[in-house]
Amino acid sequence: MAVVTSDVVTAPDHDESVSTVTRVRGWASGYLARRLLRAVITIFFVTTFIFFLVRLLPGSPVDVYINQQMTLYGYSYDEAANQARSLFAIDTDKPMLLQYFDYLGNLAQGNLGMSITSPGTTVWEIIAARLPWTIFSVGTALILSFISGILLGMVMAYKRGSGIDSALTGIASISSSVPNFIGALLLIIFFSIRLEWIPFTDMRGSLSSGQEVEFSLAFVADAFYHAALPITVYFLTTIGGWMLLMKSSTIGALEEDFVTAGRARGIAEWRIALFYVGRNAILPLFTQLTIAIGFVVGGSLLIEPIFSYEGIGTELWGAIQRRDYPLLQGIFLVVTASVVVANLAADLLYSRLDPRIRSGEGE
Amino acid sequence: MAEAVVHTGSPSDAGSAAVARKKKGFLRLFVERNKVGMIGYAIFFAIVWIAFIGPLFLPEENPTDVSIIYQPPTWDHLLGTDFSGKDVLYMVVNGGDTLLIVSTMAATGSTLIAVVFGALAGLLGGKLDTSVLMITDVVLTVPAIILLGVMAVFIRLDNIFLLAFILAIFAWPTLLRAVRAQVLSLKEREYVEAARMLDLPLRHVLFKEVLPNMMPYIVINFVIAMTGAIYAQVILYYLGLVPLQGDNWGLMIQQAYTKGAMFYQDSIVYLLAPMFMIIMLQLSLVMISRTLEDVFNPRLREV
Repeated sequence: MAVVTSDVVTAPDHDESVSTVTRVRGWASGYLARRLLRAVITIFFVTTFIFFLVRLLPGSPVDVYINQQMTLYGYSYDEAANQARSLFAIDTDKPMLLQYFDYLGNLAQGNLGMSITSPGTTVWEIIAARLPWTIFSVGTALILSFISGILLGMVMAYKRGSGIDSALTGIASISSSVPNFIGALLLIIFFSIRLEWIPFTDMRGSLSSGQEVEFSLAFVADAFYHAALPITVYFLTTIGGWMLLMKSSTIGALEEDFVTAGRARGIAEWRIALFYVGRNAILPLFTQLTIAIGFVVGGSLLIEPIFSYEGIGTELWGAIQRRDYPLLQGIFLVVTASVVVANLAADLLYSRLDPRIRSGEGE
Repeated sequence: MAEAVVHTGSPSDAGSAAVARKKKGFLRLFVERNKVGMIGYAIFFAIVWIAFIGPLFLPEENPTDVSIIYQPPTWDHLLGTDFSGKDVLYMVVNGGDTLLIVSTMAATGSTLIAVVFGALAGLLGGKLDTSVLMITDVVLTVPAIILLGVMAVFIRLDNIFLLAFILAIFAWPTLLRAVRAQVLSLKEREYVEAARMLDLPLRHVLFKEVLPNMMPYIVINFVIAMTGAIYAQVILYYLGLVPLQGDNWGLMIQQAYTKGAMFYQDSIVYLLAPMFMIIMLQLSLVMISRTLEDVFNPRLREV
């Protein structure tokens, strides 16, 4: 769609005198560079923040851990500090600033320390085993709800004032009012425990026992079967937001002069809806998509434990309950980094779709 | 959302007669357009009334009684009892005030941050603008719920001001961006340019010329910020990360869930009561914000 219509919508932009090379270069130095810088700064900010949270607050987990080892198991301070060092990947004897640089260096090499509560496992191993499931379920749900929300939102805008519009607006309002974890609990209470329509206990986990990770239809089917409940909850609790956003965005686009002009030229209404209205109405929603990524990934912290889905959310939930600080810190950093990367991807996609952004007009 | 409601500022160059006419028309419009909104207001004030006036009618204590755990509704216990035989209605009536107070404080805080810094960044531009935008982008990208969860492990959220503060410092970026964008467009209007040319102090330009024209927009976003603060707060309770004493809807859900109340046949009312209150509160706020948008933004209205 983008390829076919890019010239129609962005007519003022296709200036032959601007060569592709300068365009790409301008894009790289402006938009892309700014986004990359932003991503790097975000990750830097978050890592620094978490370091000071872990190290500087009174009763920091490192000190608590050392004290615990000394009082509970009778280790000497040096022994306890040694253990803490390997667990947290932090050397407590060094000055704070050096510790900070060590910590950054370790992170750069992917050393996130060891889990306290699962001895002998590195934080990185745990994350690597869990993160793909979350990316799979959250990604599927986001794409589904974004697309359906956009379609329904356009219907609402075209039929505004009608019965369909009121009904859909009502549904959308409810969808955006129900907190996602309450939605998940309600789903279980009603459809699984009361009505027994959903074999909830059977659907727990990420895969059925005995199912290997492999390239086969059975594997994919099983993965979807187990991810179905989390995906349903993410979908139902985010679609309302997209519907309402798309509705007002479409109404805005419907009033643009190029729509009137298109109609006057006798262009088929479906073409106008798709390429004139739809395309322009979706653009502002892409900025929202970048926010939604962080929001839904955050939601996995609440949703996954409810369905015992073995993704990063369940792991983080466990780490919070068990106060497994290195794991907590590692998961937080990796999840934030993933969200930042996802954001970057959404931004790049956005800039492909809307040339105004690349030239700096849109900001 | 941000893009959709930008066109709310109306030029204030009309005389006072016109303002009066506008206000009258506005009120009429407000009631006419607000059928859904009226329901929203009704629900919201009912909840506020229950949460703040209700506790005055409650007995001193809500005793535990292990002989009547997980009871269905009876005349003695209209909403049944919980896992320790406590009256659920008592907890529901008692459990809303902190939630509402903290959410209001958090929403006020985040709105203030967004409006002040958004307006300053838009008006002054330059380095301030660049750095404010940068910080905004950073805070916007970080998954706030996870950060809240992780922070609450390290910081004891045992007083409501701290809780409100923590909730507020992650909730401002969206509004800030929108305020800044709108200030940038208002800046070009004649009356703001005139005020600046007259060398009126920044304070005057900001509070007398720019902000009044953004009030509707700020009010709508305050309501949206409330829903965000309620959501985040209930999550912290649900995760068991707020060591505050007393009854609270979020805490009720957390306890019901961790005690496995779901699997008791007669506990359904106990389970649903706090969820219902939270959903109704959120729904009423969403309804209010939507009708406000409808009233202030003529584009949504035209058929």
